[in-house]
Amino acid sequence: MLMENEPGALSRVANLFSARGYNIESLTVAPTEDPTLSRMTVVTAGDDAVVEQIMKQVNKLIEVFKVSDITEARRLERELMLVKVRAEGGEARAEMERLARIFRGAVVDVSPDSYIVQVAGDRKKLDAFLRAAGGANILETVRTGVCAIARANGKGK
Amino acid sequence: MKEITGAEIVIRSLQAEGVEYVFGYPGGAVLFIYDELFKQKKVRHILVRHEQGAAHAADGYARASGKPGVCLVTSGPGVTNAVTGIATAYMDSIPLVVISGQVPRRAIGEDAFQEVDAVGVTRSCTKYNVLIKRVEDIAPTIHRAFHIAASGRPGPVLVDIPKDITAELCEFAYPKSAPQLRSYNPTAEGHIGQIKKAMALIKKARRLMIYGGGGIISSNAAGEFTKFCEELGAPVTNTLMGLGGFPGGHSQFTGMPGMHGTYETNMAMQHCDLLLAVGARFDDRVIGNPEHFARESRHIVHIDIDPSSISKRVRVDVPIVGDVCAVLKKMRELLPKHPPDAKALKEWWKQIAEWQEKKCLRYKKRAGVIKPQQVIEALHKITGGDAFVTSDVGQHQMWAAQYYAFRKPRRWINSGGLGTMGFGLPAAMGAQFAHPDAAVACVTGEASILMCLQELSTCKQYRLPVKIVNLNNRYMGMVRQWQEFFHGNRHSESYMDALPDFVKLAESYGHSGMLVEDPADVEGALRDAFARKKELVFLDFVTDQNENVYPMIAAGKGLSEMVLAEEL
Repeated sequence: MLMENEPGALSRVANLFSARGYNIESLTVAPTEDPTLSRMTVVTAGDDAVVEQIMKQVNKLIEVFKVSDITEARRLERELMLVKVRAEGGEARAEMERLARIFRGAVVDVSPDSYIVQVAGDRKKLDAFLRAAGGANILETVRTGVCAIARANGKGK
Repeated sequence: MKEITGAEIVIRSLQAEGVEYVFGYPGGAVLFIYDELFKQKKVRHILVRHEQGAAHAADGYARASGKPGVCLVTSGPGVTNAVTGIATAYMDSIPLVVISGQVPRRAIGEDAFQEVDAVGVTRSCTKYNVLIKRVEDIAPTIHRAFHIAASGRPGPVLVDIPKDITAELCEFAYPKSAPQLRSYNPTAEGHIGQIKKAMALIKKARRLMIYGGGGIISSNAAGEFTKFCEELGAPVTNTLMGLGGFPGGHSQFTGMPGMHGTYETNMAMQHCDLLLAVGARFDDRVIGNPEHFARESRHIVHIDIDPSSISKRVRVDVPIVGDVCAVLKKMRELLPKHPPDAKALKEWWKQIAEWQEKKCLRYKKRAGVIKPQQVIEALHKITGGDAFVTSDVGQHQMWAAQYYAFRKPRRWINSGGLGTMGFGLPAAMGAQFAHPDAAVACVTGEASILMCLQELSTCKQYRLPVKIVNLNNRYMGMVRQWQEFFHGNRHSESYMDALPDFVKLAESYGHSGMLVEDPADVEGALRDAFARKKELVFLDFVTDQNENVYPMIAAGKGLSEMVLAEEL
């Protein structure tokens, strides 16, 4: 959704979701190329009727300029993840570096017994990386939440 | 251009909006604003005795006049006290502009004296709210607040102003034209394609039922609605919020729908083949359980200015988003090409008449005991069905709605959505300010009236001749009724012990009081009270303690599952 880049706009949207009992799986927000507007991407769950209500309710907020449901649209979806992983001993360190490369990620910080790996992609890819790295090796995970954009010929609802 | 203070800008902005009355209560954070109020005569301040009363009075003024109500409260407890009133207005889509004081900017967030995050507290019960941070934003923000409050689906807007800004200087120029907001543009005209689809359904319908709600009142569409209904010839119901949108005594009017609606209306809502919903929102108190409601096969056309009201509880076939009045005008233009089926309509009325035979609003009179319904019927008679009637919440509210038969819009003023006890008296003050010479009655109960009783003092100060019709059954009647039905008749905390002597109480505020205990005295007492044009009269009617509101549908049941008085 596009909304006025004003203090309070974010809390208004977040408040609406909690007040009306809708879920937020993830939420990202940042200003757009027009600094008076912010773009917010919300991942939520619900049947068609619930999603329709969410769209209408969000649209009703005074600061919200435009809402699109891009669930069914051809779209690009990206999320950034920083993972601190265990990397002790030559073999483990080499393996972790290989894994990062396979996922087109990068080791962005190095310490004697751990790495910080940066991976970007859709949610499934990030989940797959975590599985591949193995739960025992993961020390800390930070994810940005999904941002998404409809492709040039992909129509949002 | 000369620079003036933020406080003066507030007052000049209200003047520019043509505000007649501001209902409020002073306090630290708004003292500069009160000082400016003092220096001028155009905007009249009404001093209430509690900020809840300010919000309800502004609300009652808005409902009775059709203009936005304005209230002014201080920071902290001033604004939290007003919250119940703001939420009441929000649920019933009433335009209010609430100006609240805030602690100085540098103190915000420091837990300053009388600090509360007013914008945070009121976020979910306002249409829009904003904290002003610069003196030059005051005028444009107030201008926007009035526009947002009154346009589209109306609602309350809160403008929070830190105290230091009200002392700062700035040039003043009030915007002349309506604000252009890229993110707020309510649809007024209905989509013509949708309107044509609706008309085609109307032409085909054999059993049309018209269901009109509060949207008819807020869009000032009662005239248009009434004409359209007459042209269609179908049965008409008005919701609790819509009463007066169609004349109560009209032969096509079948009474209110819903939990305490009439048998014929609820049966018609259930068995029609086309339901035309006009500015109504399929509230749980109207249709009960949506699953039971959707069971019968029928089409629904829904006209509403708020897209989020459409298909919220019940999926509709033809949604028309737009201003009710504008859409009805268009529909009336198209009606000659889509005449309703006269033969089918006759059959349908035969069926309705059969349901009406139940006479579901009949009640048994008892010698020596005042029946609450009888008081409302007498009130209707004495005031010619033309009074502004406010109410609190509970049994008395339902009886007033069922038995007063409102003939005109904006005459029935009640908290339908939020169900706020304590609403009636301050709302009656607002209605009386809007119409100083009109008869204004507050129908209440002995439990509700005690919730905003302090406003009797305001009534005295401004010589408001409100007539308080207290249906005193010594119970929180509706709670007692539910306990009787659903909780084994255990009257847990619903008995009003230690009630005051209401006559003496009214007198202590400088008003008159009357105790009425004999059914034979009901009409005379009301006649006497309404003849006293300059006085507030508190009529304390001692009514049947065990009377219940019928018909009744239990919460969660369907419209066909009514309990009628005669069946008990």
